Amino acid sequence: MGIDRIKSMPREEFGNNDYIDRLVEELNATGANVMVGKFDELINWGVANSLWPLCFGTSCCAIEFMSLGAARYDMARFGFEVARNSPRQADYIMVQGTIVHRMAPVVRRLYEQLAEPKYVIACGGCAVSGGPFKNSYCVVPGVDQILPVDVFIPGCPPRPEAMFYGLMQLQRKIKVQKFFGGVNRKEKIEEFFAEHPEEKGHIG
Amino acid sequence: MFDFGKWTSAFNDWLLGTGMADWLAVLIECVIIAVLILGVYTVLALFYILYERKLCAWFQCRLGPMRVGRWGLLQVFADMFKILIKELISLKGTDRFLFKLAPYLIITSSVVMLACLPWGNGLQIIDWNIGIFFVLAVSSVGVLGILLAGWSSNNKYTLIGAMRSGAQMVSYEISLGLAIMTIVVMAGTMDISSLVLEQADGWFIFKGHIPALIAFLVYVIAATAETNRGPFDLPEAEHELTAGYHTEYSGIHFGFFYLAEYLNLFIVSGIASLMFLGGWMPLHVPGWDGFNMVMNWIPSPVWFLLKAFFISFVIIWFKWTFPRVRIDQMLSFEWKYLMPFSLANLLLMTLCVAFGWHF
Amino acid sequence: MSDLKQQILKIYPAAVFEEGEILQLNVAEKDWLAVAGSLKNELGFDVLSALVGMDWGESLGVMYYLTSTSRAWSVIAVKVVAESRDDAYIHSVSSLWKVANFQEREAYDMFGIKFIGHPDMRRFFLRNDWVGYPLRKDYDADPAINPIRMDDETDEDATRTFSLGGDGKVVEHPGKVFEEDEYVVNIGPQHPSTHGVMRFRASLDGETVKKVDVVSGYIHRGIEKLTEKMTYPQILHFTDRMDYMSAHQNRHCLCMCIEKALGLEVPRRAQVIRTMMDELMRISSHLLSFGCTAMDLGATTAFFYGFREREMVLDIFEKTCGARMSMNYNVIGGVIADLHPDFKKDVKELIRIMPGRLKEYHTVFSGNVIAKNRLVGVGHLSKEDAVNYAITGPSGRGSNWSCDCRKKHPYAVYSEVEFDEILLDGCDSYARYMVRMKEIEQSCRILEQLVDNIPEGDIRAQVPKIIKLPVGRWYQQVEASRGTFGVYIESTGDKNPSRVHFQSPCFNLVGVMDLTCSGYMIADLITIGAALDFVIPDIDR
Repeated sequence: MGIDRIKSMPREEFGNNDYIDRLVEELNATGANVMVGKFDELINWGVANSLWPLCFGTSCCAIEFMSLGAARYDMARFGFEVARNSPRQADYIMVQGTIVHRMAPVVRRLYEQLAEPKYVIACGGCAVSGGPFKNSYCVVPGVDQILPVDVFIPGCPPRPEAMFYGLMQLQRKIKVQKFFGGVNRKEKIEEFFAEHPEEKGHIG
Repeated sequence: MFDFGKWTSAFNDWLLGTGMADWLAVLIECVIIAVLILGVYTVLALFYILYERKLCAWFQCRLGPMRVGRWGLLQVFADMFKILIKELISLKGTDRFLFKLAPYLIITSSVVMLACLPWGNGLQIIDWNIGIFFVLAVSSVGVLGILLAGWSSNNKYTLIGAMRSGAQMVSYEISLGLAIMTIVVMAGTMDISSLVLEQADGWFIFKGHIPALIAFLVYVIAATAETNRGPFDLPEAEHELTAGYHTEYSGIHFGFFYLAEYLNLFIVSGIASLMFLGGWMPLHVPGWDGFNMVMNWIPSPVWFLLKAFFISFVIIWFKWTFPRVRIDQMLSFEWKYLMPFSLANLLLMTLCVAFGWHF
Repeated sequence: MSDLKQQILKIYPAAVFEEGEILQLNVAEKDWLAVAGSLKNELGFDVLSALVGMDWGESLGVMYYLTSTSRAWSVIAVKVVAESRDDAYIHSVSSLWKVANFQEREAYDMFGIKFIGHPDMRRFFLRNDWVGYPLRKDYDADPAINPIRMDDETDEDATRTFSLGGDGKVVEHPGKVFEEDEYVVNIGPQHPSTHGVMRFRASLDGETVKKVDVVSGYIHRGIEKLTEKMTYPQILHFTDRMDYMSAHQNRHCLCMCIEKALGLEVPRRAQVIRTMMDELMRISSHLLSFGCTAMDLGATTAFFYGFREREMVLDIFEKTCGARMSMNYNVIGGVIADLHPDFKKDVKELIRIMPGRLKEYHTVFSGNVIAKNRLVGVGHLSKEDAVNYAITGPSGRGSNWSCDCRKKHPYAVYSEVEFDEILLDGCDSYARYMVRMKEIEQSCRILEQLVDNIPEGDIRAQVPKIIKLPVGRWYQQVEASRGTFGVYIESTGDKNPSRVHFQSPCFNLVGVMDLTCSGYMIADLITIGAALDFVIPDIDR
């Protein structure tokens, strides 16, 4: 074990190591040869340390995300710096804020415009579950209804520290993924979209 | 100063001495140089990315990359690995051939320009009598790449970005050319190695005093515009056009644009150091023999790189300080002020040379 | 007041008055357009402060709140009831008050009231294929009727106008927003400079903007509908999440409106704390606005400087309220927690440091010749237009319109503190920007007067366990960071409100985008948007 180790925070301080352990077990079950494994590790190191966000904020969480980039929290330290405005060049989409019916197709399209490997973080109560607006007539109750979410960050809005924690969880998740062969994320994403088809676009 | 030409000619002699045919020796040398150039290209681009990020963090009271490697030194390598494996998206409704050609055009033009720079005493790859003219000509190929990228993406943002870029680069190339011409008038040569050697007894910026100083200022402004950097970063204009002409590019294609942007920064800085700051010539102060001796010990490539980094620092400083100008303001600045000004400056320099008013 | 009644009776003899918190005038639909014209032109009610669509169960209608700048900012309410519920129509007043343009579209979207003579009657917040009108009491919220649609909206250019046929039936006339051969650039909803999920469709001629079509609703969360099922204390938290940069002011407004209805006296200590929090919020908001304006213009470094000071304000909030954003601090009757012991020290430190930092901002950003060239003379908005479009707040004051609610209808302890209402007559983006910078100074001034004079006492009045408002309707305004924020509550005496409407300043701000951007370049559209400084969740609610 230990491939999920990241430099910024010791493994013991994370709250949900069992989840990562299960993920690793699942991957190890299929096995991988040494060369490919080492290569995977190198690539995962690169991907995990160079996560470029897509500038995508719908409400309050976006302001906290700005604070995350500003001098006090400075996400540039971890290599999350280069916020791209074009989804083609970004690595993950951090859904910051409520997603409403009118926005849903736009978010899905943004996700599809991202280049692989791509990740989704649901940031804030609204993106996780619809938050305080869950009962509304036009709010998507959680962005996981329309996108395969990798990490959830609760909070309203989450503090920048919480966002860091979520981003580090994503880093750990990336470190145990397989780029070549085996059960990898791509298959899981395809599974997700098979379960959430667009079939003339109706969900729910 | 140590002449690296000795090494290269020794190598050439050794190759020929093995009884190899001339063409084969030249071929082998070409391959070695090509590999070297590409290596230098990558290393420099990666260095520049880190350099800019750290500088920008410094201007903004931040730390910049810190966690990947010591002081974030490995950050750019992580970025490189990531960008290499990113998916290349090809789009419906685009001109596939031109879409894929554009990044290569840009990268080619900057590699060729890189080859023209005077790296050190005797370290000159492309060196012929119209050297600096050749550099200017090649730099225009890059514009073509940007125009093609914007056009072939079939996207309104990229198209606007490309059109802005075309207008901008064509305009500012005039001032850039005139500033270089001012120095060529003074030096009496367009040959890059002679340009450097001419500065053995004093850099042009000192020898040419007022007109050379003006030309230097004009050059730095025009070069900032040429490289599409702030305050002239309109073709990309992140907050207007998302990512400008390369909005639709992903993966390594985008990586090429990204690398070329930084390399162009190095190249214009290199040309500035060649034309104004003596290329690889060390700093000499007349009369201070001890000081000059020490300066001579520093190898010539180090001199060249340091000067280029310094000019890049200034250009990066511009970018992180100034707001972005608007397209009409930018064009009127060039056509109404900068170009007439540099034309007058060229005249002034011609007079100086004609009457021998320079050092 | 009776003087005003006489004057109204002169222009409209059939007037029916209803006494309430403010004078209410009931107008029959068939007379409305003529009465509205006289109210505006003869009696000087030149500002349409709020337009609230209503569903009274048996009938639909609209409540209008009109303010007169010439009559010491007196407000009257006008109630207009649509004649039939199935084919509800009311004459549009968008030709009189331009601000009504979007307001009426919202009412059409939410209630299905057709506004006769409105130039562009499209849905405003919801998809154009939405079924039903959500704010009607009989709306069917079954997700099967309106599922999450993943396909794009079609036929976005289609619009319509309504006119009244000879037989009293409404006639629909289809129209187009943009012509076939126009070069329309889509900006948003995901775009770095729209400050959220706003969408503009700009028709361009070269780089010059010809027309801007505002497409809103990408963060419409249906707050007004949600409030109808909640008790009064439960609806408070929504205000923090609308304009999150005016969280305190908005919540202050809602609390005041409920307190007004309850006749509750708020302890003085709470009043002072609320005032101080409002001003701190204003500083934080204007700093963010400074940062975003700078960033939109490409001066990224200035953005970081603005955020550096904003963190100081957030620290003060965090210590007292326990959160950096969405503070949930004001409650009905006062505030939820007492001040942190460090509060005075931190505020004094902020006041000490701000003047120097404002100078630094000027050096770094607005003193720069490029920034000046980008801002000065861009996005002209005359005073008349500002009044007509009800552009309040710093943007209105940048057009030399004295519209500060803190001066016009003083609330909390604003009548006791000295501060200047900043008025600049540039009418351009630079004036709007400078008003904000100068307002930071004034906010510091208010804080300085209050920080050593916080009285001892309760922070909260005694309120009943279950809050029930008496029957009636109330309208309350405060000066939020971006302009006049209004809350309308209508109660039927229950523990839930029967209708809550939030009149947000940003809603009006986005209404002038077309007016201010036309004729400028596409890069100016970004500048103008940044200088108007709208917050999207506040528009969409």
